[in-house]
Amino acid sequence: MKFGVLQFPGSCDEVDALGAARRVGDAELIWHGERDLRGADAIVVPGGFSYGDYLRAGAIARFSPAMESVIAFAADGGLVLGICNGFQVLCEARLLPGALLGNANLRFTSRQVDLEVVEPETPFTSACAPGELLSIPAKHSSGRYYADAPTLVAMAERGQVVLRYAAGENFNGSVEDIAGVRNEAGNVFGLMPHPEHAVDELIGGSADGLGIFQSMRLALEGARA
Amino acid sequence: MRARVLIRPKAGILDPQGTAVERALPALGFAGVGNVHIGRLVELDVEDPSQLEPMCEKLLANPLVEDYEVQRLDGSG
Amino acid sequence: MPDSATLPTVEEALALGLTREEYELVCEKQGRAPNQVELAMYSLLWSEHCAYKHSRKLLRTLPTEGQYVLMGPGENAGAVDVGGGLACAFKVESHNHPSAVEPFQGAATGVGGILRDIFAIGARPIAVLDSLRFGEPSGPAGARTRYLLDGAVSGISHYGNSIGVPTVGGEVYFEDPYEQNCLVNAMALGLARSDQLVSSAAAGPGNVIVLFGASTGRDGIGGASVLASAELGAGDSDRESADMRPTVQVGDPFEEKKLLECSLELLEQGLLVSLQDLGAAGLTSSAAEMASKGEVGVDIDVTKVPLREAGMEPFEVMVSESQERMLCVVEPHNVDAVMGLCEKWEVNGAAIGKVTDSQRMRVLDGSELVGDMAVRALVDDCPLYDLHPVKPSEPIYQPPAPRLASDATPTETLLALLASPNIVSRRPLFEQYDAVVQSRTVRRPEQADAAVLALPAAEGGPVPALAVSIDGNGRRVAADPYRGTIAAVLECASNLACVGAEPLGTTNNLNFGNPEKGHIAWQLTEAVRGLGEACRVLQAPIVGGNVSLYNEGSTGPIYPTPVIGMVGRLPDAHRAGRLGFQRAGEAIALVGPFDPSLAAGELEKLHGLPLPDELEQFDLDAVRDAQLAIRDAVRAGALSSAHDIAEGGLAIALAECCLAGGLGAEVGLGEVFREHIPPPAVLFGEGPGGFLVSGQDDALLELSERVPLWVIGSVGGEALKVADPAITITLAELADAHGGLGALFS
Repeated sequence: MKFGVLQFPGSCDEVDALGAARRVGDAELIWHGERDLRGADAIVVPGGFSYGDYLRAGAIARFSPAMESVIAFAADGGLVLGICNGFQVLCEARLLPGALLGNANLRFTSRQVDLEVVEPETPFTSACAPGELLSIPAKHSSGRYYADAPTLVAMAERGQVVLRYAAGENFNGSVEDIAGVRNEAGNVFGLMPHPEHAVDELIGGSADGLGIFQSMRLALEGARA
Repeated sequence: MRARVLIRPKAGILDPQGTAVERALPALGFAGVGNVHIGRLVELDVEDPSQLEPMCEKLLANPLVEDYEVQRLDGSG
Repeated sequence: MPDSATLPTVEEALALGLTREEYELVCEKQGRAPNQVELAMYSLLWSEHCAYKHSRKLLRTLPTEGQYVLMGPGENAGAVDVGGGLACAFKVESHNHPSAVEPFQGAATGVGGILRDIFAIGARPIAVLDSLRFGEPSGPAGARTRYLLDGAVSGISHYGNSIGVPTVGGEVYFEDPYEQNCLVNAMALGLARSDQLVSSAAAGPGNVIVLFGASTGRDGIGGASVLASAELGAGDSDRESADMRPTVQVGDPFEEKKLLECSLELLEQGLLVSLQDLGAAGLTSSAAEMASKGEVGVDIDVTKVPLREAGMEPFEVMVSESQERMLCVVEPHNVDAVMGLCEKWEVNGAAIGKVTDSQRMRVLDGSELVGDMAVRALVDDCPLYDLHPVKPSEPIYQPPAPRLASDATPTETLLALLASPNIVSRRPLFEQYDAVVQSRTVRRPEQADAAVLALPAAEGGPVPALAVSIDGNGRRVAADPYRGTIAAVLECASNLACVGAEPLGTTNNLNFGNPEKGHIAWQLTEAVRGLGEACRVLQAPIVGGNVSLYNEGSTGPIYPTPVIGMVGRLPDAHRAGRLGFQRAGEAIALVGPFDPSLAAGELEKLHGLPLPDELEQFDLDAVRDAQLAIRDAVRAGALSSAHDIAEGGLAIALAECCLAGGLGAEVGLGEVFREHIPPPAVLFGEGPGGFLVSGQDDALLELSERVPLWVIGSVGGEALKVADPAITITLAELADAHGGLGALFS
């Protein structure tokens, strides 16, 4: 299988996402100006500061030609993973509900956090066990997840909250400790912490993030079977 | 035409920047200050004023979490 | 050339910082009085900051050669061979004065500047470290200290995080002498193929000079605005606001990210003859230095420079310090391709001049020649000054305010030290930094004594790694510039040893007061003497660095602060050392020729004591041998933890190992030291050559055959317990004291 990792001016963690994806399948970078998704079976929208976070994080990147193709790809049921800035882009593009606001503590914060797997039956978490805790680094200044009350109720009913910060780990003030969400159809998933930085115990002590990429591969293989 | 767009966080959403400034002002000797909110300002020259609202909806503001106000700076209100 | 009626006066030359003698020398070199453009350029290139007038002769005494050195001092950065065909480029630089004015932008642009030095030689930046000094966080200076600290850390965070380079280490000290003169030193590392390091020497008369990156405005002109053309006068609002414009340069990391990718791609495609970044003194220094190194001339046409401000005069274009700009030399047939890449990366690119064989720096305003100087005169003929060191007969520094009663118990003392600003955990600071981007970080802050970054591994082989540390205890240097500087270098190398790394090379930033004063000249001379000696013995040559002088205020000079950055290599990242205790039941040992003394240490500071006249002597060779033994033991996997004993002494080191490992310890110190060392010095005394390690008994026994070693106790329990003198503190209490810095940010 092949992952396509988008690259915007100002993306930082796209190379890391590429490396993580390559532990599971093939992967290549897709330049923001290109509409051709190069036959990718799954798309990763990576972390960083696309367009310098100007105006609002992700606000400009969502209009890139590559993202137009990703929106169509998602409408067709293609798997899309948004990490940190990628999550912000997907919310701005309305592929995911809600928005990411400035951290309640008003600072960029970089910390290893424990995440609880709330929905283990998704194409992004099937390789994880229910209630399992994933140790993954989070590093951002605008990671406070927000959705209004009616949206939150609907999301809860449809099992759209996939990951939550474990007790005491929510440093950004996300509503209901929400760390990662999926869309109604379940093929688009965004999270603020960085699973691509938890794929090798040598580099940071945890490989818990690899499961997310492995789950995507399993989902694609299952779809083909 | 020159226009100004003011973008504010929606009421009811936590505005930690506004809160921080509200707390800092008394320490600097400014009393009687409350209800501080921090937003953004965009100023632009635009040929077709009817584009301003769609611009706000689509790019300049995130209507999920922000309110916006358009001001025309040529005096026509 | 403009007529002599518009020539600047001698008074204007003095206002720009030249001495009368220097001005006369400029006139001699020019064969006439310099005009506005020429005077602006001479005044910058002949400033202390650019020319190192008072330090260059001294710096020539430093060791700069070694088996791993690929690029020594004199280029944008130094570089060492790290194996596998790779080179590590690194350097430290200061941005002290701008940070005192505007700490966020000062620190941010400091990071931007050092990063440009790294990619200017063709290396991709892989890490940043910062070394900061401020006044005390409490008391009358407190509010300003907090403002500066907050601003500087936010600035480093903003710039480093946004550009995708991890900030993996650093240090902060809070001392009265830095109150009016804060220090912000930024160090960066980069990786490149060894055979692809790039020089900045301009070459090839006829080649084109291209400026690329951000547009040019009036940033940083401030002081030079005295030269502004009198003709325009009041009523010209651009001119008025320019005179009011502060000297603050504003950095844009997004712009620099594009500039970085563009530069590396230009180099990868072989399109450049040479590359140079624009830093202090902007186009002036960049173009002049390129010409000087290449022994060629350059012609620059200011009308070709992309501007973002209207009505800029030629001298302003030449001295602007607008950020995120690079200069390169391109063969004419490659210019189109270069412009094409600039367009791809959305950075400005403009051909602004050419390389000549005239050996002159000529500035043109369209077709009009407005400045004409010999390159030699500008860059090489700046007068160098001898220092006149005079050992001070009286103390220079006031004793600090006492903050701890002299009759405090050992337990109270340990907790007070652990919570003191120079020792307390820096977690609230380093959590503002992305330490993991680029997926190389094997050891993050507070996991080990040095940062560790994985290198590419050969197929099936172990993963080699770089280690890096930055250190510079200024108070110890103030007490004894020679021994204190050696101690700073040893500290760096000890930190590397604790992760298993061999030093490859050193960079240094010398932060001192006014060198024209005898006692400061003495500090500088003695410090450089110590620096040279230590680097020679440790075989860690200087590959580059920076000097920042005149750091003095109305209350006196800063502590002499040589900040040392050292890069090392370890063969197996899986064996990188850790600082925290790992396993209950394991033995704890004190290792090395450690001869603790309270002199100039943190406890004496808490007690409000004045600096001693000198530091205790130590055996440099014995410390080096201990470092080698520790390094080998870590590499062999023989030790579970290794931690260099530094500020606060053995007791603090024990507390730090307990906290990092989440495990208590039980130790007795009665047998360890020579009898005449009093208990406070046993617990809290400082000095080089002491290590705290843990591991299995047999591993420690083996280590003891190489180096002095005392088993002092074992890991375990929920508290730190010391016998003789008796101390019992729970892990929770330790954590509480250690976590107190956050209150400074409330």
